[in-house]
Amino acid sequence: MIVLDKNRKRVLGTERLNTREHKSRSDNSELNVMVSVRGLNFYYGRNQALFDNNIDIFERQVTAIIGPSGCGKSTHIRTYNRIYELYRDQRVEGQIILDGQNILENKVDLIHLRQKVGMIFQKPSPFPMSIFDNVAYGLRQHNKIPRGELEGRVEDALKRAALWDEVQNQLYQPGTQLSGGQQQRLCIARAIAVEPVILLMDEPCSAIDPIATSKIEDLIEILKKKYTIVLVTHNMQQAARVSDYTAFFYQGRIIEFGKTSQIFENPSKKQTEDYVTGRFG
Amino acid sequence: MFRRINEKIIESCIKLSGLLVIIFVFLIFLFLLKDSISLFGQYPIGQFLFGRNWLPISEPPKFGIVPLLLGSIYVTIGAIVICVPFGVAAAMFIAEVAPGYLKHVLKSLIEILASIPSVVLGFIGIVWLGPFLRNTFGLKTGMCGLTGSLLLAFMALPTIISICEDALVGVPRTYKEAAFGLGATHWQTLWRIILPAASSGIIAAVMLGIGRVIGETMVVMMVTGNAPVIPKSILEPLRTLTATIAGEMGETVGGSEHYFALFAVGVVLFIITFMINLVADVCMRRAKK
Repeated sequence: MIVLDKNRKRVLGTERLNTREHKSRSDNSELNVMVSVRGLNFYYGRNQALFDNNIDIFERQVTAIIGPSGCGKSTHIRTYNRIYELYRDQRVEGQIILDGQNILENKVDLIHLRQKVGMIFQKPSPFPMSIFDNVAYGLRQHNKIPRGELEGRVEDALKRAALWDEVQNQLYQPGTQLSGGQQQRLCIARAIAVEPVILLMDEPCSAIDPIATSKIEDLIEILKKKYTIVLVTHNMQQAARVSDYTAFFYQGRIIEFGKTSQIFENPSKKQTEDYVTGRFG
Repeated sequence: MFRRINEKIIESCIKLSGLLVIIFVFLIFLFLLKDSISLFGQYPIGQFLFGRNWLPISEPPKFGIVPLLLGSIYVTIGAIVICVPFGVAAAMFIAEVAPGYLKHVLKSLIEILASIPSVVLGFIGIVWLGPFLRNTFGLKTGMCGLTGSLLLAFMALPTIISICEDALVGVPRTYKEAAFGLGATHWQTLWRIILPAASSGIIAAVMLGIGRVIGETMVVMMVTGNAPVIPKSILEPLRTLTATIAGEMGETVGGSEHYFALFAVGVVLFIITFMINLVADVCMRRAKK
């Protein structure tokens, strides 16, 4: 527990952490709720994977979702942009309110929704095209942008993803030639190029090395000033280091949700405590 | 000790069968080459390759393969232009759009399509497609290049569809999710991500389709009119390399100039199909990476 605490301080800085924690621990209402999930059930064919999930995701905060493998972490965030709909046998019930609208309703414009809710996948997945085209891909499909402006926006996205310095001289090389960590930051650049408000990150560091991981964690720190981030991770240290709020999932249920410090230092449920102290999972 | 010998025997047996395949291909080529070289002792190679007349029984005979080569090329291009768009579109439908049950039905139907004997297609061409085209386009005869192209396109479709479909299904799922995650529509994802990612496999499919079409004999012999003249358009009777060999081999005297000329046509055909398969193979390999 002490180790986790140290890690956390390394990233966040002690004072900032303390002041904000005191404020928001006493009063959550200062933070705007970005996404509000109510009574979410999820089914893979006949198997129910999520049971009555209720959670509020706060604006410009990093919310980590932790839990053992197969507990429904990824399934949960895959409902936020309805990417699960690519597969015929997957089905959802409940409400996910974003900007006052239940995004699970049929009439929702999925293209608009997915432009607002960007997603980073577990395996870095740059398209088999140049670095520039990868980042420009999302921009191009949403609207016609003149070449000059496009270049500016690609550069901007790469800078915000902390990748510009490394790739500015090879923008027209295939994105697949980059290292794993760079590929993942390229995917982040691609996602933020279309100006989303929420970034869903589905174990973004599980396929890359520790140094690349720390770069992405630093990036998350910066990105949260502008975006609301939901981070699925199986790495508890990572959750402790970068997140403000943490939800602990177990067997498709949200066992506990609260400030990261509270979840790790003073969990109210026995299961949460067992998990964060490494007794199971 | 005994085990070791046993192992050696099995190993060399496997090695031998592998080598045999290579040796056979090589021998076939040599066999063709040997007889065709005999032609070039009597008949200049330049006149064979660039001669514009194929008149094997005139006096003196002329063995210019340009009309035959053009016949093959016309029919093949016609077939490819018809079947590639259909084939790729059908593969896209099966791989990406069709619901599960339809996918199974279509895949087995395509296998049935592949198993139709070419002579049956030729028959359909003679009794139905040829007359139909003659009436529709007001041609002198329905036995023309287009009839052959249409039937060959039909024959190449199963190859193209199934290999394309494999290539499309082989595109990593992450590409699709990432594209949809960025707000792409199904069509945008298909057109701009999945199709380019599968392009090597699709090219391989097209090349194998071409290989199939250019080597096909029975259908073209039955429906293209078999006129060894330089065709002005695909709507005229023409004759392919394959149909020439099949049609004339029975009438030649072994060891005659005509006989050797047909072998030389065989070598040309062999080289063409070999190149096409090579390109297909390279593309397949690139697709696997």
